[in-house]
Amino acid sequence: MSVWDWEFTFADVLPQLLQVIHVTIGATIGAFAFALVGGLILALGRRSQKKWISWPTYGFIEFVRTTPPLVQLYFIFFVFPDLFGVALPAIVAGILGLGIHYSTYLSEVYRAGIESVPQGQWEAATALNFSPVQKWKSIILPQAIRPVVPVMGNYLIVLFKETPLLAAISVGELLGTAQSIGSSTFRYLEPITLVGLFFLLMSYPASLMIKRLELRLDLNRK
Amino acid sequence: MVETQDANALTAYNIQDKDPIVKYREIKKAFGDTEVLKGIDFDLYPGERVAIIGPSGSGKTTMARLLMTLEKPTSGTIEVDGRYLWHKEVKGQLVPADEKHLHEVRGDIGMVFQHFNLFPHMTILKNCTEAPVKALGLSKKEAEERAKEMLDKVGMLEKAKDYPASLSGGQQQRVAIARALVMRPKVMLFDEPTSALDPETVGEVLQVIKDIAKQGDMAMMLITHEMSFAHEVADRICFFDEGIIQEQGPPSQVFTQPKTERLQEFLKRFHMNGSS
Repeated sequence: MSVWDWEFTFADVLPQLLQVIHVTIGATIGAFAFALVGGLILALGRRSQKKWISWPTYGFIEFVRTTPPLVQLYFIFFVFPDLFGVALPAIVAGILGLGIHYSTYLSEVYRAGIESVPQGQWEAATALNFSPVQKWKSIILPQAIRPVVPVMGNYLIVLFKETPLLAAISVGELLGTAQSIGSSTFRYLEPITLVGLFFLLMSYPASLMIKRLELRLDLNRK
Repeated sequence: MVETQDANALTAYNIQDKDPIVKYREIKKAFGDTEVLKGIDFDLYPGERVAIIGPSGSGKTTMARLLMTLEKPTSGTIEVDGRYLWHKEVKGQLVPADEKHLHEVRGDIGMVFQHFNLFPHMTILKNCTEAPVKALGLSKKEAEERAKEMLDKVGMLEKAKDYPASLSGGQQQRVAIARALVMRPKVMLFDEPTSALDPETVGEVLQVIKDIAKQGDMAMMLITHEMSFAHEVADRICFFDEGIIQEQGPPSQVFTQPKTERLQEFLKRFHMNGSS
């Protein structure tokens, strides 16, 4: 028996992995979309003048950031049903768990972006009598987000590479599927290698796209 | 005190017949332990152009920033067109204003900044239409008409589609002036509008401000170090030092017969530097 079995690769492993690739991608997109919104809310909450908003927000961010995402996933998937009587489908629990975890990372990214907007921009917005909401929407956020898009993109890739965690709560994503192929055929080499290749093939073009986006968003380029 | 100030505010336009559009009363402002304004009483009349001069750190910029609601006074009141700016009247009592109240009163005031503060992510035209659409509720078409008229006035209409980064400092400041004018404020504040400019572009910006001063009945508060410009444009000169108004009056009087020693010293420095 040769070390690498091509027939096994193409006839068994590849078709099975292709069937679940959408789970990995879907979980990534879902969790990242959640984190983009959640991160912004947390960043704004932390900046709030009202202490009863900013303090709990700060506490929440620190708590989530400093505990392992796997523990959080277990908590949402296994403990929620006991606590609240709701059993979430594994994929929903997975998106929620990773989404919340990455919200706290992205909130820091938003914060850095917001702090990079010069004071003069706030003052000009006040002088032109924008309401607080309009100020954020038209003036501050568009300038705050531009410089941090590459950082956000990197978090997207890191999040994508962390989706195998979802195997631990029985989401049938790439790594979990590869592992079950391995355990039923006693061949791990091909499935695990292919999973690695998949991640490489997805991550690398994604990072190139982020580079291009970064250039397009640069205001000093003109 | 107030009476004598008013008497000084003689201008060519019989401005005294009208009520002041802006009234500062016993305004104090401290940053921490540093008192920047130590009790200011000041009236600005509709259509009047007042130049505020004085050494750096004398509180003149703070004076404008309080009116633009960028800083909050420590004590005292400011009225704009008969309404309190930093206070609301509730059952005959003055209570601190909320954002909604500030939003209403602030609409009468416009400001041009030392560092222009154009929005770098918007074209020149968008810089001038965003606030009229969002804050005044004009239609996009109306806002663009107004914006183009003002950009034309400051000689920047050709650059309407460009982004701020591609303009010189003087050009950016002209756009900033147009952007403020589009809002049609009753009072316009200029906070050292040429201090951050290259010497060769100072002239074009001053010319634009002079042109604006000639037309319309907008009151103007000009904080400036350009003495000859102040002399030419202003109806009244206000000399600030140590957080109070030391002396004020028509330019002919203030520049040729300064009464206080401080002002004499201040003006001497300018003549020596050849800046005026």
